[in-house]
Amino acid sequence: MSLTGTDVRNLCLAAFAFAICALLPFGDNGYWLGLGVTIAMFTTLATSWALFSGPTHYISLATAAFFGVGTYVTGLGIDILPFWSLVGLAGLIGAVLAALVGLATLRLSGVYFVIFTLGLAELVRQVITWVQNNTGQKGLYVLTDLDEAGIYWWLLGLAGVVFLAGWLIGRSRLGFALRIIGDDETVAAHSGINTARAKVLLFMVPGAVAAMTGAVLAPRYVYIEPSLAFAPILSFQVVIMALLGGASRLWGPLVGVIPFTFLLEAVSSNFPNQTTLVIGIAFLVIVYLLPNGFVGLLDQILHRVNTREAS
Amino acid sequence: MATPVLSLRGVTKRFGGLVAVNAMDFDVTEREVVGLLGPNGSGKSTTLNLVSGALPLTSGNVSLWGNRISGLPAQAINRKGVSRTFQLVRLLPSMKVRENVMAGAVFGHRRRWGHDARDHAEQLLEKVGLGGKGDMSLGQLTYIDTKRVELARTLASDPKVLLLDEWLAGLNPTELKIGITLIKSLRDEGRTIILVEHVMDAIRSLCDRCVVMAAGTKIAEGTPTQVLSDKEVIRAYLGDDDA
Repeated sequence: MSLTGTDVRNLCLAAFAFAICALLPFGDNGYWLGLGVTIAMFTTLATSWALFSGPTHYISLATAAFFGVGTYVTGLGIDILPFWSLVGLAGLIGAVLAALVGLATLRLSGVYFVIFTLGLAELVRQVITWVQNNTGQKGLYVLTDLDEAGIYWWLLGLAGVVFLAGWLIGRSRLGFALRIIGDDETVAAHSGINTARAKVLLFMVPGAVAAMTGAVLAPRYVYIEPSLAFAPILSFQVVIMALLGGASRLWGPLVGVIPFTFLLEAVSSNFPNQTTLVIGIAFLVIVYLLPNGFVGLLDQILHRVNTREAS
Repeated sequence: MATPVLSLRGVTKRFGGLVAVNAMDFDVTEREVVGLLGPNGSGKSTTLNLVSGALPLTSGNVSLWGNRISGLPAQAINRKGVSRTFQLVRLLPSMKVRENVMAGAVFGHRRRWGHDARDHAEQLLEKVGLGGKGDMSLGQLTYIDTKRVELARTLASDPKVLLLDEWLAGLNPTELKIGITLIKSLRDEGRTIILVEHVMDAIRSLCDRCVVMAAGTKIAEGTPTQVLSDKEVIRAYLGDDDA
């Protein structure tokens, strides 16, 4: 399909916004840059998560599994291969792992899929712990000359790629197929859609992206061990942020990531022991008050305004 | 008789101990409208589900132009040119009317995309009597209009064989007339159609031939007039006393 005037305008605006964001490290190198890294990381993770889970309504808690695999790719390979190739390799491994998980589980629906993806992160973590116990190794040091600004630019680039991919998928037959599957899988199959293939293909996107994000962030941790790399809370944070923003639009998760990051930041500096409590409460509030996130709220308001104008 | 477009041979479906469809045999030739009749629970919808690939067969086979299609998944059967509506209307609630129709055009037997799919959907909406309603959401539609959307989606892939599962059920008398006229227009276009139906007016005016089922088995086959006066058929519907 060809580009319309609005498409060109939106692309230019998005490119401009990215350029502005890319200037952050020149303005501040401490607190704000750190926050920028967190926001860029969760934007990448939550947006790619919503690419699959938004249309299909399959809630995946596998983010931590892919993320952890990515950090270990960097951790194990940093002395052998250049950093950029490790990021690519992590993406490849993440995609393959996602394809395998997809083939095994996407025939499952609802809660079975959720539990499997949660279990996957634990499984990989336990396997790595077991290997480390048997080899007498504790963790991995990741020493690079990549500084905070470098990590930020990497993540920002990755986020840009995710947005571009999401935009292209949204315009593609695959994106349309996924929306049909999310609405009614029986109709999808009877309309000629290979539902299993479409779901596996799209599940590979968040898998690859989460692994690449993990690979990029490994140098920031300096020392990585399984409980850090595969922390299950990461999967939950990504889901909450994406749902808070709204998973039905490409820019939805971003709207959730920014306020939630600030909230978490405020809570963890003031009440360091109650972070989990806040995440739990946020989850309840979102489910009860904002089932479709900020995007849903906006749609509702627009709808109300339109009907008022019509009447 | 010309080569059958669709033929069923010994088609059987068992749910545990229950034989829902028992060794069904029948053919449908090109441009023919075949009615599948029978009392509730006689296995008509199940037969349709076996043809469309919604359910796997226990035994027997279904072939399209002599090629076996039974055993294929629903999407493959749809791509070969068999398209269906559902007994309880199934639409895509998050999408506008037009997109609902496009959903049938993009991945099916004959594929279209972009403006082509859009224009095609628009034409079909016009044809089923929903011209200009492409931008409406499903919640704004009346019951017969939702059925029209589903029919348009089913037609969108230019299917060779159309399966209509009680498409006329639940319509009021005025809507029923509109519905019959609509299906008649499809018939006049020369489409091959199997319809599961209870509405006798519709059967008489639409079907070239009927297959009657009772308790999963074929009990009669012939023109509507023949089968509706058949003793077995009357017994199946009304019991022994009236036969």
